Amino acid sequence: MKTLPAVDVAIAGGGWSGLLMAKELGARTALKIVVLERGGPRARGEYLSGMDELDYAVRLRMMQDASGETVTLRHHSRQKAFPIRQLASFLPGSGVGGAGEHWNGITPRFLPDVFRVLSSTREKYGEARLPEDHRLQDWGITYEELEPYYVRAETLLGTAGQAGNLRGSPMAGGNIFEGERSGPFPLPPQKTPYLSALFRDAAKSLGFHPYPHPSAIGSKVYTNPDGITRPPCSYCGFCERFGCMIGAKPQPTNLLLPVLSRQTNVELRTGCSVRRLAHESSGNDSRVTGVSYIDGSGEEVFQPADIVVLASWTLNNTRLLLLSQLGAAYDPESRRGTAGSNLTHQVSHAGATLFFDQPLNRFMGSGSAGFAIGDFDGDAFDHAKLPFLRGGTVMVSSYGSRPIQNFGTVPASVKTRWGSEWKKAAIEHYDRTATVGFLGEHLSYRGNFMDLDPVYKDRFGDPLLRMTLDWRDNERNMVAFMTGKAAEIARQMGGKDIIPARPLGRYNAVSYQTTHLQGGAVMGSSPETSVVSPYLQHWKAPNLFVVGASSFPNNGSANPTLTLLALTMRSADAIVGKYLKKPGRIG
Amino acid sequence: MRRREFLTLSAASVGGLLVYTLQGEPLRISGEEKPLRIPLRFFTREEALLVAAATARIFPSDESGPGAREANVTVYIDRQLAGPYGRDAHRYTHPPFEESEPEFGYQGKATPREIYREGLKELEGFDRLSAQEQDRRLQAMEDSVFFRLLRTHTIEGMFCDPVHGGNAGMIGWQLIGYPGPRMSNAGDVETHYGQAFRPKPVNLEQLSQAFGRPYHPSEDGE
Repeated sequence: MKTLPAVDVAIAGGGWSGLLMAKELGARTALKIVVLERGGPRARGEYLSGMDELDYAVRLRMMQDASGETVTLRHHSRQKAFPIRQLASFLPGSGVGGAGEHWNGITPRFLPDVFRVLSSTREKYGEARLPEDHRLQDWGITYEELEPYYVRAETLLGTAGQAGNLRGSPMAGGNIFEGERSGPFPLPPQKTPYLSALFRDAAKSLGFHPYPHPSAIGSKVYTNPDGITRPPCSYCGFCERFGCMIGAKPQPTNLLLPVLSRQTNVELRTGCSVRRLAHESSGNDSRVTGVSYIDGSGEEVFQPADIVVLASWTLNNTRLLLLSQLGAAYDPESRRGTAGSNLTHQVSHAGATLFFDQPLNRFMGSGSAGFAIGDFDGDAFDHAKLPFLRGGTVMVSSYGSRPIQNFGTVPASVKTRWGSEWKKAAIEHYDRTATVGFLGEHLSYRGNFMDLDPVYKDRFGDPLLRMTLDWRDNERNMVAFMTGKAAEIARQMGGKDIIPARPLGRYNAVSYQTTHLQGGAVMGSSPETSVVSPYLQHWKAPNLFVVGASSFPNNGSANPTLTLLALTMRSADAIVGKYLKKPGRIG
Repeated sequence: MRRREFLTLSAASVGGLLVYTLQGEPLRISGEEKPLRIPLRFFTREEALLVAAATARIFPSDESGPGAREANVTVYIDRQLAGPYGRDAHRYTHPPFEESEPEFGYQGKATPREIYREGLKELEGFDRLSAQEQDRRLQAMEDSVFFRLLRTHTIEGMFCDPVHGGNAGMIGWQLIGYPGPRMSNAGDVETHYGQAFRPKPVNLEQLSQAFGRPYHPSEDGE
């Protein structure tokens, strides 16, 4: 193995959290920083002619190549796990920028009580209402502590939206159930495609409180504090699974890389697959001494570093901790150990499919030009008589419908799925079909966790990560309730024929849900139940910081990117303001 | 290397085909005018004729408009199978292969190429049957991995960008009023509420020319 000269900071992963950490540390210190990214670089203008549904949205050109590495899945511990041979229910990115390149740009904050979900649920409903095998825990940080970082993250991105709770005052047209904002969004909301307008008007007339999705995709020209200027959205409809052709959607490569390229103390190395964190004992603690990786030419390289930041995609953070045997692996039987616990996804469900008489022009849109209601999110409604805890948002997306993935939906009266009758109906309904969907909170359970698979290996011969994951009655009952709400709004929208979605069954690895997985290296106030502190500092190895959604003890119903950016900024502040002055545990 | 085989497509019938739009207005769909003689990359000529016959029953050319034949769906599938997708270049193919519940996704060892080669053996003589007999044969295999793949690929070949060999003349897009990769809808997204807005379609070749950046479809990667 080749050993390189030491650096001050080695960051594993060149997506949102890794490049943001590099920018924050690089701009405010003289530290020598290396970012190791296993994917390739991106050429300038790479996305310009990439509006190809087949290669990008169907063949998944920007996603992790499963041939070299995937994960295995089982529903419970007594079952054998199968490899997910083609990733589908979630889609990690590959290449510089990672999944941050191909997102939809929906950027809500989490509700304040998400950060103290255990305490607030107990206080209101009592211990007896908690699911038997729950592993809910507070995050060790409050919404109020995170609020200034939410503002910074929104200012970095230039988010567009309508505040619903401005310094405690409810604001018409915003989400009145959201946490208190200290200021308005940097930009006004995006434009409103027809379907979003239909949802907004219907939800309002039913007495709900519709609001435009908070959007990282801009509504006007915006220049952020780093001097990065982005144009407004063109509503071309190629966001999710694509890079933005005009740079209206913030991506690590258009928002962070241009800043990093001016910082001579930061180096980005692509094609470098990190396999292990090296560590040694130091009293009761450990000290990470560096990272080993395989470079683009296949050579094994050791990069010594004083500080290591683990910033790969959610699941891979956990896998690298487990492969490196850093900290005790979580054991669901004894409930000892923490690395790998609290695996959650996000409850993403179709709600109701509706067929209209009139065309919707759904090819026009943007990843975050949808509308939602927060009336059934979190604990905004009383659960005393309901068979579930927590909730989520009922919403429509107007992301720009593309034909391969959306052709073929027909009313229930059509029984065939090929041939003349189906074809005629599918053509007729192609642009007259929509869904009112649901995005809900996924509680953490003792039995949903990650460990290393005993059978299947990656391209280097390392064990794959094994997910043990399934829904519980809480999620199933929540979906049943929300399907009713979705159908109610769908009827009010003027849908002629409405098909309520099927009940939530077992966790399904085949159909896309969201790429929002959480947990595995969760944050908390105690090393007994968490891997990292609220500053994302590893409890066992104080010179290791594990950033990203792996630190979320539970899913918060809302999409995670804004929260993970805010937490990364808070961690960077703590490294610069506290750790560098006095290396050791940040108190 | 095997002898190069060709598929001749009688696409001439497409030119000026009369269909009805989503608003019930008559519309003349334009497509390829000349018959094409296309070199096959994966299928033998016999296989290509079977695929053409089967996809034409899945997405028929009928009173609701042109179908798989006019869109060159067979050419699309041939190129996909010849490319990295056809040999499972991006699927996890480490053993052991074991049967699972459907929630875990396809667990088989066979690549798309192998699924077609085997599946097409079952369809021997299919192209010489009557339409009714063809439909009965397909109904009998509806639940097979091969048929599901064939149906999925037919939809892909109808609506992909023409750069991939299907959707010839953007005929699939015209059928459903999809305008292709338009660079901007900013001036239109808040107008046309409830009214069909059907701009003239554009495709990747036109975009590539505008940007001076040739587009390389993934199937041409090897």
